[in-house]
Amino acid sequence: MRLYGAVAASSFRRYATYRVATAAGVFTNTVFGFILAYTFIALWSIRPHLGGYDQAQALTFVWTSQAMLAAAALLGGGFQQELQERIRTGDIAIDLYRPADLQLWWLASDLGRAAFQLLGRGLVPLAVGALCFDLALPSSPLVWLAFLASVLLGLLVGFAVRYLVALTSFWLLDGAGVDMVSGLLCLFFSGSLLPLTVFPGAFGDVARMLPWSAMLQVPVDVLLGVNSGAGLAGSFAFQGCWALVLLAAGRLLQGLATRKVVVQGG
Amino acid sequence: MVESPVVQGLRAYVLIVGMWIRSTMAYRTSFALTVLGNFLVTGLDFVAIMIMFWHTDVLGGFAVAEVALLYGTASASLGLADLTMGSASRLGRRVRDGTLDTLLVRPVPVIAQVAADRFALRRLGRVSQALLVLVWALSSLEVAWTPVKALLLPVTVLSGAAIFGALMVAGAGFQFLAQDAAEVQNSFTYGGNTMLQYPPTIFAKDLVRGVTFIVPLAFVNWLPALRILDRQDPLGLPGWLDFAGPVVAVGCCFLAGLAWRAGLRSYRSTGS
Amino acid sequence: MTEAFIELDGVEKVFEVRRRSGRRLRRERCTVRAVDGISFAVPRGEMVGYIGPNGAGKSTTIKMLTGILTPSGGRLRVAGIDPSRERTRLARRIGVVFGQRTTLWWDLPLRDSYALVRRIYGIPEARYRANLERCVELLDLGALLGVPVRQLSLGQRMRGDIAAALLHDPEVLYLDEPTIGLDVVSKARVRRFLREVNSEQGTTVVLTTHDLTDIEQLCRRVMVIDHGRLVYDGGLDGLHAVGESERTLVVDLERELPPIAGVPGARTVRVDGPRQWLAFPAAASAAPIVSAVADRYPLVDLSLREPAIEDVIARMLESGEGRRSAVP
Repeated sequence: MRLYGAVAASSFRRYATYRVATAAGVFTNTVFGFILAYTFIALWSIRPHLGGYDQAQALTFVWTSQAMLAAAALLGGGFQQELQERIRTGDIAIDLYRPADLQLWWLASDLGRAAFQLLGRGLVPLAVGALCFDLALPSSPLVWLAFLASVLLGLLVGFAVRYLVALTSFWLLDGAGVDMVSGLLCLFFSGSLLPLTVFPGAFGDVARMLPWSAMLQVPVDVLLGVNSGAGLAGSFAFQGCWALVLLAAGRLLQGLATRKVVVQGG
Repeated sequence: MVESPVVQGLRAYVLIVGMWIRSTMAYRTSFALTVLGNFLVTGLDFVAIMIMFWHTDVLGGFAVAEVALLYGTASASLGLADLTMGSASRLGRRVRDGTLDTLLVRPVPVIAQVAADRFALRRLGRVSQALLVLVWALSSLEVAWTPVKALLLPVTVLSGAAIFGALMVAGAGFQFLAQDAAEVQNSFTYGGNTMLQYPPTIFAKDLVRGVTFIVPLAFVNWLPALRILDRQDPLGLPGWLDFAGPVVAVGCCFLAGLAWRAGLRSYRSTGS
Repeated sequence: MTEAFIELDGVEKVFEVRRRSGRRLRRERCTVRAVDGISFAVPRGEMVGYIGPNGAGKSTTIKMLTGILTPSGGRLRVAGIDPSRERTRLARRIGVVFGQRTTLWWDLPLRDSYALVRRIYGIPEARYRANLERCVELLDLGALLGVPVRQLSLGQRMRGDIAAALLHDPEVLYLDEPTIGLDVVSKARVRRFLREVNSEQGTTVVLTTHDLTDIEQLCRRVMVIDHGRLVYDGGLDGLHAVGESERTLVVDLERELPPIAGVPGARTVRVDGPRQWLAFPAAASAAPIVSAVADRYPLVDLSLREPAIEDVIARMLESGEGRRSAVP
């Protein structure tokens, strides 16, 4: 356990050294925050309770999602390319013989990165948003704690999905297609373009059941206090289930991949 | 045989682009997939707009076809700029890994080499998707077309592309100083594009002033599109400004050239 | 008196760097004199070695000679041109090979990279054909022209890169570590080709290297740079004499023993368990030393280490009075 803690800490520090990139990213998130905020104001001024949000909640959605974008790696980034590169070059064989679990190793590293980006890229845009717009940020520290727990669960789901995608590189020579599809689904079904609660009809119902909604939509809903009590427990259960299922699937695929490497490359 | 640097640069640009296209064709399947992916990814923000219009008939006083006109023009301009100049945003990486030096010892302008570097034909995905939306917008709009308006549309897309391209070059110039700052220019190009897809009426006046007078994005499509749609602009600017796109584009390119030169000069004196 | 083709007079390059002081956020500005007043002249057609420890200022000098960097002070001319002012004009007259950065097109056949060079430099067709033919023959590239560069070995790629730098008949060729990472055969071929180009075409060659054999086999003149200053400029013999170059015999004994003694012409410089290091003058033969050791000690294995350029320079710097050591 201490090993994985060290891996996470070193990943955190590694991302902390990219100061200029972090500042540039904060700038971009803030600019996009402003632009999207005005489009949401335009929509919510016509449909005041669209998707169950009032205008302040809709604006909170915009700024929170800008704050989470980098941490949740919704536009790419993170460990996926690195792992794929190691699989392609065959360096992965070295990792498999390490006395550490491959999945936990990368998970720790990805959580370290996410922790930095949540702080480094998240706080400033959220603060700017709160200064310039009326946001519906909760005052209760308990809600914030629940939000953080939900973010963590969302990160687990996000990691599990990208880990599965990365592992396909063991079988596919060119992963560009899978990456593309995965990025597309993530962009659209996480709610980073538009809240999933606004998606119409059955399409929206399905979208809200998919694992991508656990990455952004659910954590933001927890922050907005859309659900409380049993509803909150339901949110956690939803995220937890997807995390478990997908992490287990990753484990299974990792087993197959290991066998493939050992048989072919031994 | 003495050619002007501009001719030399263009010639080198075309040659290097040709090399990259042939390199890309070494992986045909991957190429086809990425074009398709590019088409779909850039289409998603239009899907988001369509979902918005599922819930309302007008946004900021604009109907869906009018927003589609804004979307199509802005996105086509950005797509063209990204296709031709987008690689300039990789400059920071080239500075970091030292490969910029190999470009500096060749007898052609560095900007031409940087712009043509890793030329990605897959970026046609965005252009074609934007044009598709544009065609749909034009077919569903009821515009009182005049020859001036008909000419204004293609001129707008091209000068918009030049303005976005200038931003990319200026951003590359900035990356000489801050190699990791590629995201800053994304705020202006991709962020600007997102903004211009929506009617100017929904944004705060100060924001609209900012993108008119400071970073002149309003000339990419807002002002000329408002003219085509026979609408007033929210700032009440003089009407002739609707036609100023090409002039603004030339000015932007000039300033971008200065920024690029300053960046290159600073690189050559500091070596980073 | 031959006219100087490359001329440096008190050339300086000062960088301003920001260094983080301690663990705090404050950063201090300080200046680094990467090149600190260098003067030398290279006549047309000479082949010189430009060597020094890492960070001594070698590549900074090369970058100023090629016009990539602007000097902070002093005067610099290549073929009568100020490189930093007329970089693109000079580019037509020089060839540059950066050892570890290929300029070839990864996914395309080697031939295509050359065709691009031809059009970028505007080389007349007949000229291009003749030059390509010569390079292909001397560098043995014939079978490789149709092969995508990504499939070439490191040595083949380096040969390909050198050919690419020579197609436009440059008057001077700069090579930055041209033999790094190459196998023995490739190294020999590259060296033979460079000698040929230098003697047949009269191309001036400036090369930086870590491989002393490159210098020994190619250059009559060597310049050593350290801490941004020229500390030696002269023949290779002089460098050896100044530095008293030594080779090392690495001896693996059956067991740990006291330092080997009584071998004429050699002295034991290091002992680590059963392994011992014996140094002897580079000019002397190794055979009598090997047999003397083998006669009296239980040997398991032997290996011979050629003098590394760093060692030669380090010793040279140590022997010079009042000069700082090159080894940090």
